[in-house]
Amino acid sequence: MRVFKFDKNKGTKENLDLSGENAIANKETAGLSQSQIVLKRFLRHRAAVFSVGMLVSIIIFVFSAIDSKIGPISINGWWKHKTDDLPPLLYEGCPGGTVGCPTISMRPKWLGGAGIALGEHPFGQDDIGRDYFALVMRGAQRSVMVMFIIGFFAATIGIVVGAIAGYFRGWIDAVLMRFTDFIITIPSVIIGAVIGAKFGNLGAAVLAVYLGLFAWTGLSRLVRGEFLSLREREFVDAARVAGASARRIIFKHILPNAVGVIIVSVTLLLSGAILLETALSYLGFGVVSPDVSLGLLISNYQAAFSTRPWLFWYPGFFIIAIALSINFIGDGLRDAFDPRQKRAISKKERLRAMVGIRNKE
Amino acid sequence: MLAYVIRRLGILFLILFGSSFILYNLAAISGDPIGELRFSDDPGAAQAIIDLTRQLSLDVPPPLRYFIWLKGVVGIFWGKADFGLTRDSLSVATEIGNAIPVSIRLVFVATFVAIVIGIAIGIASALRQYSRFDYSMTFFAFLLFSLPIFWVAVLLKQYMAIQFNNFLSEPKIPFGWLLTLSSLTAVFWASVLTRSRGKFWMTFSTVFISTAVLIKTLETLEWFTNPRLGPIAVFIFSIVIAFAVTHLSVGLSNRTALNSSLTMSVFTLGWYFAIQPIFNSQISLLQILGLGVVVILVATITALFFSRIDRGPLIRTTVLTALLSAFLIVVDKYMRTWSSYMSEDAVNYRPVPTFGQSKPLLPQEDYWIRTLDILVHLLLPTIALTLISLAGYVRFSRGTLLEVLNQDYIRTARAKGLTERTVIMRHAFRNTLIPLTTILVADVVGIIGGAIITERVFGWYGMGTLFNRAISTVDLNLLMGVFFITATLAVLANLIADLLYSALDPRIRAGSGK
Repeated sequence: MRVFKFDKNKGTKENLDLSGENAIANKETAGLSQSQIVLKRFLRHRAAVFSVGMLVSIIIFVFSAIDSKIGPISINGWWKHKTDDLPPLLYEGCPGGTVGCPTISMRPKWLGGAGIALGEHPFGQDDIGRDYFALVMRGAQRSVMVMFIIGFFAATIGIVVGAIAGYFRGWIDAVLMRFTDFIITIPSVIIGAVIGAKFGNLGAAVLAVYLGLFAWTGLSRLVRGEFLSLREREFVDAARVAGASARRIIFKHILPNAVGVIIVSVTLLLSGAILLETALSYLGFGVVSPDVSLGLLISNYQAAFSTRPWLFWYPGFFIIAIALSINFIGDGLRDAFDPRQKRAISKKERLRAMVGIRNKE
Repeated sequence: MLAYVIRRLGILFLILFGSSFILYNLAAISGDPIGELRFSDDPGAAQAIIDLTRQLSLDVPPPLRYFIWLKGVVGIFWGKADFGLTRDSLSVATEIGNAIPVSIRLVFVATFVAIVIGIAIGIASALRQYSRFDYSMTFFAFLLFSLPIFWVAVLLKQYMAIQFNNFLSEPKIPFGWLLTLSSLTAVFWASVLTRSRGKFWMTFSTVFISTAVLIKTLETLEWFTNPRLGPIAVFIFSIVIAFAVTHLSVGLSNRTALNSSLTMSVFTLGWYFAIQPIFNSQISLLQILGLGVVVILVATITALFFSRIDRGPLIRTTVLTALLSAFLIVVDKYMRTWSSYMSEDAVNYRPVPTFGQSKPLLPQEDYWIRTLDILVHLLLPTIALTLISLAGYVRFSRGTLLEVLNQDYIRTARAKGLTERTVIMRHAFRNTLIPLTTILVADVVGIIGGAIITERVFGWYGMGTLFNRAISTVDLNLLMGVFFITATLAVLANLIADLLYSALDPRIRAGSGK
């Protein structure tokens, strides 16, 4: 049995042989639309699917824990403390005469522990007694928000600049790409620091917008490359002959075909953004006190590591958990969108193919 | 080609002009250089404001002041560049001149180690695609991608420095650690080397037992307080190196190459004894490099003596073996210096530092102690930087090798009946290196200005620190000086990467239209 599948990257019809070498891999995609294939492939990447669940639950948990405001929606947190409460510092049962240690207990009673309980201050307290759980939640909210704002601005600008440069070519391309080059020459930490020093005290959101205005360069180059090759294809000619405007061709015809590259690159941009924010806050150029961010918390308490390590561990875990899930989602998407990607074929499948048992799916 | 380079250089200058103008103005509006003095009660403050204003031309608005700075910098074309003065009336050029070697020292080793280990892991996991090793390396790489460097740094300070120093004061390895270390080593090697389950457990048990025995022996011999290799270990390692290099480079079936490499191992044993008196006298880095050149010459002559045909690969193999073996002798010398370094007053048996780039109180006469001090100070920042940049190289080399292995010429090579080693090392691996050169060039340059956080955490005084200071004190001349160096290098690196790419890959021609 022979099936023809259109290969987006090569622009040719690829002959898919369902009885040959790649039989198992190719049979699965026969008769499915592009988005179905992508979804199917993505769901197969277990780490990526797990990461989506992880990221979504972290975001829901973090934003519902303490009072937060997303645009017009205000959420009242379920956690008893707020970031500016000043409860008394607890010191019972703390190791080595320290104060404000975490009260969280993960060891069940039947294993000889205190039972699974959060206690009064699950992540401990900071120097002046503020609840560290609330602070970490606030910090994670800030970091997630900054990440999405940077991602949104960078993606929008990057796509528009790249699309225009790639589609129109000529002097427009030259001007836009030289402009991109010059933003690239300024290292992102330098831009961040200069912006942070000026706008850091206006709040995390403003800082994020400005950072987003400088973070689009890599994406725009990528989109441009994709547009340069896609604009030569027949469907673009067809659209042009049919009288479509440039705007329509760019956004309705070419852009959906470039979406794979864009999505992958944007996810990686997001994980870069969260690390950039923490790095800047660490250097003191990002989010500044009294506002809270994960990088700032680590920076404040790094010296306390040997005596009160929890002040250092918890914010770090949240940074890593968020960045790691995004990286895995990006990897899953890359595999899902890449038509050349072959999946691992298990021994059972190979054996079945060899003895000629038809896979019932 | 020349026209292309000239055009690129022209654009480069325009870009540098534009971005420096933007940065200057951004930095100027980001803060007030005399802000602190304005609110000062100090009677000298008013005079200080006047002095500073005159010295830094603060009475000129920033967009125009930029051109004053530019006028000084353009002097670079007739050999008297003027980068201006910092706020403390020091020359920016001297400050940068002092900082660059520090940054390079910090970054060079880390990049080198990251590349070697990263490529090795990337290739191993590409050759074992979808194996457990591949999956765990992917996870490891993503984990490293997601780590903030300052977080890693604090952990390293705690566990690699403070706890490790505690360990060295009483070097006894607890039983639990012995088991963990040995099983981790065993799992790693077993999953790299084997494919089938039966072989896996065989390799695992072999490596596990030998590692455990090795660690226990070293412990009883008190090797950790008094490390050394000695002539016998150097000789044995050198034979292992000879076999490994020959295997990877030309294949063990090439007897001439193997004999030539093994001859170098014997030579190494001779050098070991011949070189000790030279090492013990006054020596400098230049002399050591000179000895290295001698080693290369001897190796080349030996290789020529052995071979009649196909000399290139043979010389390559022999020289590599000789250099790696000679390097062992240097390592041995450093190990022997270790105990006297530990007993120095400035070190006081806590050798791994958490801060700074050298110990100022250490006596400077002995070359080995002085450089060992520098190396020890490099340890933590290098590990931190290596961990951070390792992930990129692992992912990149894995991806590229997988792509290359899908190419038709690999199938052709296999069809011709070439050995798997030749296919991987000669056909696939070399083509993997081409795209790597481009990210390498960009990386090296990016890092010169980019180790800001590492320098800060570990208290180094390089370009990052300068930049940091410039931003927080609104020191425009200093900021622009640092920027000028890093940006020029970045743009030049891009150009070089493009040219190199077209030189290495004949399918791509730089400047041949779109």
